[in-house]
Amino acid sequence: MEKLLGEFSLGLFIFQTALFLLLLFLLKKYAWKPILNAVNDREEGIKNALDSAEKAKMEMQNLQADNQKLLQEARLEREAMLKEARDLKNKMIEDAKGEASTQASKIIEQAQAAIASEKQAAISDLKAQVANLSLEIAEKVVKEELSNKDKQLKLVESMLGEAKLN
Amino acid sequence: MQRNRIEKLVALFVLMLCFFSCDLEKQDEATKAAKKAERKAYIQHHLQDSYDFNLFSYTKDDGHKAHVGFPLPVILWDDGLKIFSSSKFHHGETVAEVGDSYYKLYHGKIYKTDAAGTINYDDEHHATNVKPLDFSITKGVVMILITGLLMFFLFRGLAKSYSNNGGIAKGVGRFFEPIILYIRDDIAIPNIGKEKYMKYMPFLLTVFFFIWFLNIFGLTPLGVNVTGNIAVTASLALLTFLLTNFTGTKDYWKHIFDPLGDSMPWYGKLPLYIILIPIEVLGIFIKPFSLLIRLYANMQAGHIVLMSLIGLIFLFRTWMGGAMSFGLAFAISLIEVLVALLQAYIFTMLSALYFGFAAETHDHAEAHEGEVQHL
Repeated sequence: MEKLLGEFSLGLFIFQTALFLLLLFLLKKYAWKPILNAVNDREEGIKNALDSAEKAKMEMQNLQADNQKLLQEARLEREAMLKEARDLKNKMIEDAKGEASTQASKIIEQAQAAIASEKQAAISDLKAQVANLSLEIAEKVVKEELSNKDKQLKLVESMLGEAKLN
Repeated sequence: MQRNRIEKLVALFVLMLCFFSCDLEKQDEATKAAKKAERKAYIQHHLQDSYDFNLFSYTKDDGHKAHVGFPLPVILWDDGLKIFSSSKFHHGETVAEVGDSYYKLYHGKIYKTDAAGTINYDDEHHATNVKPLDFSITKGVVMILITGLLMFFLFRGLAKSYSNNGGIAKGVGRFFEPIILYIRDDIAIPNIGKEKYMKYMPFLLTVFFFIWFLNIFGLTPLGVNVTGNIAVTASLALLTFLLTNFTGTKDYWKHIFDPLGDSMPWYGKLPLYIILIPIEVLGIFIKPFSLLIRLYANMQAGHIVLMSLIGLIFLFRTWMGGAMSFGLAFAISLIEVLVALLQAYIFTMLSALYFGFAAETHDHAEAHEGEVQHL
């Protein structure tokens, strides 16, 4: 202990304390504070960057999920629209078919009515002609009858044959 | 290539040792004893602070010693300020005359003497002359200044490189940045806690690099032994002591003066506290004192061992002994490089631990209990 105290130099002690304190304050101001701040800032920056990357990843995932959902919805909608269109088409065809058939039957009916009326007209015309012809024949026959009985008969017969051909 | 060079170096050293040992003739017992005493004095001298920066010394042909180095200013307070160059002492061989006072260097200390330089002794052969107040710029002070300047420019450069280089260290700072981060993440934060560590960081960083650099300087052939000087370690430990106790929280003081807290009624605590409180109060002083002695003793011991082993080369004076001593000294030097770092680490670590006690708030108290026991 005595040796230790003997070695103790007050001058060195004072110089050491003063110089060390000076060094401490200089380094604190000009070195440690800027260094630690820079390192902290850098670490903070790295942490923030990692966080934001993670966030971006999450957002990306959300976006992808949204996209998937939208796509799914769109697909369903398309499906529905196609189905509707198909149904509409079928219905239209059905309707058209129905309408066409009624129209056709109506036309046929009209045609039939027209045919019937034409036929009626033709028959009545024929009746009139037959009546006229009969009258002419009767006239001729009467005339022939009046001249030659045989000839009159022959004429009636031939006339009738002609009339039939007509 | 590298290996080849090392082999060459080893061969060179062995040759040198051989030259030393072969060159010296046999000497009788008396000169041997004298040489032994000289070596002892030499080692003692080198462990001490000195008034001049001595690089090396040798004995000239005429038997006189020649010293290579440069003198440093001596500053004394002895009836007024006295400043003179240490070259006036002529390495303790002459009396320095300053004004009308005479001073003599005796065993590394300055004593006031008469014109003849008489040193008076008491019964135990201690000098009784007056020792003037001594504020000299010694070798130790010079090394502290150099280390301080080195540290300032080194870490100022590192700090600047961050702002100039977009937050990334450049050059030699790349080596020191991980160490700074280590001190922050593995010494300061675990011991002091995340909220308060910033207050102590400048001291921890400064003390770590200061001790480490001075330890490393101590291993150079300059022969400086600053961290192995009791005044320097006492100053560092005193700063730790002051910082611990001036930043101590209420909980820190409560831990010292009321360590049992509310776990016991006052009449139960009273007999325990008669023993406990003095121990706790003593602990305040023992902690920094252990820092002081640990650093001093480790560095001092390292230097003594290293110099003794080198001294063995001159003791053995044989080829084998010289080589062996060299090998041993080399191995110890390598260990000393490790010790240099280790002692800086231990000083910083323990300072941080003591600051941790001082800064603790109650919820941390339980966590630190185990560490106290451990110490």
